[in-house]
Amino acid sequence: MPDLLIIGSGGAGLSAALEAASRGAKVAVVTKTLPTQAQTCMAQGGINAALGNVEPDTPEEHITDTLRSAHGLADEAMVRTLCESAPETIEWLDRLLVPFSRIDSTHSTLNTQHSALSTIDQRRLGGASHPRACYAQDYTGLKILQSLYDRCLEAGVTFYTGHYLLDLIVTEDREVVGADFWEIKTGKIRTIRAGATLLATGGYGALYQGYTTNAYGATGDGIAAVLRAGGVLEDMEFVQFHPTAMAPSAVLISESARGAGAWLINDKGKRFTDELAPRDIVARAMFDQIAAGRHLFLDLRPVPEKVLRELMPQELHLARLHAGIDATKEPIPVMPAVHYTMGGIAVDSRLQIRGLGRAYAAGECSAARVHGANRLGGNSLLEIIAFGRLAAVNALEEPKGEIPEDTTPDRSSATRIEGIFARKNRYNHYHKQKILGKRLYHDLGIVRDGTLIEDALNYLRELEGRLGETGLQDRSRRENRDLIELLEYENMLLLAQALSLSALKRTESRGAHYRRDFPEESPEWEKHIQIKMENGEVETC
Amino acid sequence: MKLTIQRHQKGKSYDETFDVASLRVTTLLEALYEIKAKLDGTLTFDAGCRSGVCGACAVRVNGREALACSYKPQDGDRIEPLNYHPVQRDLKVDKEKAQETVKRILPSSSLFPLPSSIPHPPLTDEEEARFRLQTDCILCDSCYSACPVLAVNPDFLGPFALTRAWRYTTDPRYQVEESPSDSNQNSSLLTPHSSLLDAVQQNGIWDCTLCGECTAVCPQHIDPKNDIMQLRGESLKAGYTDPNLSNPSFGTPDFGGGFGFDPNSNF
Repeated sequence: MPDLLIIGSGGAGLSAALEAASRGAKVAVVTKTLPTQAQTCMAQGGINAALGNVEPDTPEEHITDTLRSAHGLADEAMVRTLCESAPETIEWLDRLLVPFSRIDSTHSTLNTQHSALSTIDQRRLGGASHPRACYAQDYTGLKILQSLYDRCLEAGVTFYTGHYLLDLIVTEDREVVGADFWEIKTGKIRTIRAGATLLATGGYGALYQGYTTNAYGATGDGIAAVLRAGGVLEDMEFVQFHPTAMAPSAVLISESARGAGAWLINDKGKRFTDELAPRDIVARAMFDQIAAGRHLFLDLRPVPEKVLRELMPQELHLARLHAGIDATKEPIPVMPAVHYTMGGIAVDSRLQIRGLGRAYAAGECSAARVHGANRLGGNSLLEIIAFGRLAAVNALEEPKGEIPEDTTPDRSSATRIEGIFARKNRYNHYHKQKILGKRLYHDLGIVRDGTLIEDALNYLRELEGRLGETGLQDRSRRENRDLIELLEYENMLLLAQALSLSALKRTESRGAHYRRDFPEESPEWEKHIQIKMENGEVETC
Repeated sequence: MKLTIQRHQKGKSYDETFDVASLRVTTLLEALYEIKAKLDGTLTFDAGCRSGVCGACAVRVNGREALACSYKPQDGDRIEPLNYHPVQRDLKVDKEKAQETVKRILPSSSLFPLPSSIPHPPLTDEEEARFRLQTDCILCDSCYSACPVLAVNPDFLGPFALTRAWRYTTDPRYQVEESPSDSNQNSSLLTPHSSLLDAVQQNGIWDCTLCGECTAVCPQHIDPKNDIMQLRGESLKAGYTDPNLSNPSFGTPDFGGGFGFDPNSNF
């Protein structure tokens, strides 16, 4: 039996695994795909740390920037823990051989106290008072993830790949003692028990299918499992939109395009916003245009072609592939799309899950009160590494106590799976998923209002009512992607309700949550909305 | 537009053609999803990020490896699973054996993170540039599938593991200095750098035919063939020899009555 069961193999999961393994713990990492296929690989921008390599900078300024962006909903102590640990986090990654981009040695560098890190280049991301993001070209997340994976292999971490989380196993004392998984290859339930369980399962951006830059798999599986197990969720209404995703594929065009001088224009060829304003403001300006029936474009032509080819060859290729255009000659059709979810599993300052013992959460799946109502660019990669490690250290402090070694699958997971196989297939979940994504984009998108949210909630309840007849086309036990995607759809439906209820309750506008019917920030709402499940019903508390 | 997919279902392998003319499709991956949602729910494949960085959706199109999310399908295309991977179902393959190759070039115990007590000089831009391209690898297994050596030697390390070996060979941070006490205890202890070269000798760099198929199919434009040639050079410098040359074989001077005509036999 492992000391620590880690669910999820992105940056948070692998950092936790390596930290725990280096402390001599027996670690098992479970992923529904392969370790390096996690969402972390898509992070381009960078990872914040006040190294001051390019411009003088301090952790205090990093804290101030983070708190400002969070609009009153971050916990200053948590933000302090995060920002103060950032330089050491970069040092750790450097010692793991992450290939951060370095400052061109023809430039003189500032003399910092972190001598081994003094050549790491840093760039300025939105909302930062200094160039603070360490990066590895446009592959920061990919290169961090691949390095972590190699080090985990060396450290002898056990991987269970292709295992989909069904449910957590909770004792009568509300302690998590492991989890049930569906082993996709064999079509069987596998139960893994452990002294402590850490969820690192990622966000819920894929709820907005078709309108998100996230991977298909960002379906909030761990968050939904915690909710079903009696844990608490928090800040679910806060969803960050990125202004420039390609339309209609929703593939991301990085912010560096606007940074280099690209314009946002409508189909009349007119600019309508300051392209360099914060993400939420640009996204709202775009929403107003779309609501007025305009189509929107990102015009790269103001940027010299030579700079474009050097700075964003990936984007030029993607524009050709997805929109069939030469972006050096024509504007790219764009739309704002869901990019990051601030809400998730409520945790205390030790990252232990509220409402459940022996269970921890780190990374995008958690709401660790560091992003508040709006995440600062470059803080998500920092959070997954720093808090992944912190959660592992805390989880290993759990007393070894009596964990029953029982390998029979938990009865409720088996019942659940058999129930799904027995269902009639009247409603196609692929079809419903698409509608759900569109509906959330419009009714719980950039601009919200009470009536629309209530409509959406009614529709969600209707979809939930139809679950009994939303079955499988594929009857195979082994390698059944239809089954996995139906399970994901069920999780998404649950979290969509949590999101909608929270958004309805928050009768104000704050950070990424904007209500047309309550357009001002209200001091009485400077608090968190939590979600629980009582008798099978999702409720705010 | 018609797409033919090589199916593997219930132990049988067969071709099936789908008409996707009525479906709204820009990439091959979208086509696969549309087929699954509207035409055949049993079609099985792998997918992740949709933007070419997670490596999940590599398949073969008309015999050539491609990421489904980055390929625009053409009428008449034939889609098959990757080579040299056990097929699980349809286009979904088991990548475990192929990805185990990474383990074979890495040390079997944890050397990293380097303890902070061992300081290393900061990496320079030029040093990082030496393995910049190699660290773009997304582990999609395209190069492995394209490599003809694997058809004859299933134990061959394959291109991406060798590229990773070269990536670490060129990283100055990988060349951990042994502390004096360690080397006293065990002078034969390999440094990570020399153990890397050691790991690529057997079923590794000398088995490669330098055909360049790996380089041709890499979606990240990595050049494993070149990395293998670099590893060969580095190995020769370190005193390893090409086993194809050291074994008696055709073409080397052989006066001992070996293969073929012995010019001295009548004298």
